[in-house]
Amino acid sequence: MIETFLNPAIIAAAWPILLAGLWNTILLSLVVVPLGLAGGTVLALLAGVRHPLVRWPLMAWVDFFRAFPPLVLLIFLYAGLPFAGIELGGFGCVAIAFFLNTGAYYGEILRAGIESVPAGQSEAARSTGLSRLQTELYIVLPQAVRNVLPDLMSNTLEVVKLTSLGSVVAMPELLFQARQAQSLTYNPTPIVLAAIVYFLLLWPLVRLLSRLENRSLATRG
Amino acid sequence: MSSKPIVEARGIHKHFGAVHVLKGVDLRVAERELVFIIGPSGSGKSTLLRCLNRLEAPSSGSVVVDGIDMLDPKTDINHARQRIGMVFQSFNLYPHMTALGNVTLALRKVAGKSRTEAEAIGRAALDRVGLADRAEHTPGQLSGGQQQRVAIARAIALEPRVMLFDEPTSALDPELVGSVLEVMRSLRESGMTMVVVSHEMGFARAAADRVVFMDHGQIVEQGAPAEIFEAPKEERTRAFIGQIQRH
Ligand SMILES: Nc1ncnc2c1ncn2[C@@H]1O[C@H](COP(=O)(O)OP(=O)(O)O)[C@@H](O)[C@H]1O
Ligand SMILES: [Mg+2]
Repeated sequence: MIETFLNPAIIAAAWPILLAGLWNTILLSLVVVPLGLAGGTVLALLAGVRHPLVRWPLMAWVDFFRAFPPLVLLIFLYAGLPFAGIELGGFGCVAIAFFLNTGAYYGEILRAGIESVPAGQSEAARSTGLSRLQTELYIVLPQAVRNVLPDLMSNTLEVVKLTSLGSVVAMPELLFQARQAQSLTYNPTPIVLAAIVYFLLLWPLVRLLSRLENRSLATRG
Repeated sequence: MSSKPIVEARGIHKHFGAVHVLKGVDLRVAERELVFIIGPSGSGKSTLLRCLNRLEAPSSGSVVVDGIDMLDPKTDINHARQRIGMVFQSFNLYPHMTALGNVTLALRKVAGKSRTEAEAIGRAALDRVGLADRAEHTPGQLSGGQQQRVAIARAIALEPRVMLFDEPTSALDPELVGSVLEVMRSLRESGMTMVVVSHEMGFARAAADRVVFMDHGQIVEQGAPAEIFEAPKEERTRAFIGQIQRH
């Protein structure tokens, strides 16, 4: 069993390859999480605009990208767009797909957060002369983020896991590297190793999240 | 009332959908005057105050504050609002900032003061409301009365030409009301022009120049406190005064 799934010689051989993959997964996360957050913030702020010309397209956008499977979106960008003469490369495709997909999710979370901030907060801020944007930036968003922090973190966890989709478009992230190592060694050890690395990478986040969730349950109760 | 008006609202109508909330209200407030507004719940007092700084856009009418046409789309409303301080029933302090942070935010972001400058002004404002020693406290660490005084400091730090108070003591425990009224009285003595919606009749008698009684979106009657409280002309006013004095 050990020989098959956790072969020491193969671990030694595959380790540098996986390490490069881990590094790329972290880098990719460091790019797509802020990108998704930025997109989500813009969507959430736009959700406050009541004008029908903003409202309906925004709703369609968010619904569309939440319903569209990110893997399909990614493959479409990577394999479909070149037919229209648009070559974005693996990284570009992943960045855009995540911006569209996770941005829509972050947007919905932040919108709920913004709605949880009492209207009196903005009114007080506007009464002192702060502009609409300043009010959102300094008063509403900080409170909104605090109110939905567990949901934001939980979504971030999903996003980091989803970076493994990058393997489909030959992004050399953790899963892709593990598959490479596996095909070189004809042994599943690199995949098992990758699973362990994913777990070690995400487990602290999961722990932190459940502590946050317990805390917010306690303050609510 | 011969001196020049700071607030001049004319023919204010406000509709919320099909509901006609303000039905042609005229309100003129002279410099240094304290106008007290009373009236039953739902009579439109808050809406009227909110029309003065355009938190609510009137459906028709005109509002001029300190010579600025508040309803002109060309008016820089954010700048104009700095001349009109507002204090809310529920304080509305920013919970994620300290008292000093609450008071200095607009000074820095709207009035363009440096942090040092803003903090000096902010501390002076907190001192005026008797809370110099609470500058680093967050709202959650303050009593309701202290929170409302910080809210007053936040408004006066911008050196407004007029202060609007919307039931500033209604959310307070009775024993905390006095400290807020005390601050309002000293503000009055410093010559601040004030429009106060409140049911604190004792304060009105002692400090108001004029009492305005509103009902159903209209000003029914107005006059000196003694006139309105002791000898109201209108039946509706009499009924309302009788009602609140029984409490
Ligand atoms: N944003 C709003 N939308 C709809 N109706 C409102 C709104 N604000 C106030 N109203 C209505 O306008 C009327 C006057 O309210 P308000 O000005 O708050 O009265 P008051 O301060 O005298 O109690 C009430 O009937 C209230 O329900
Ligand atoms: Mg009211």
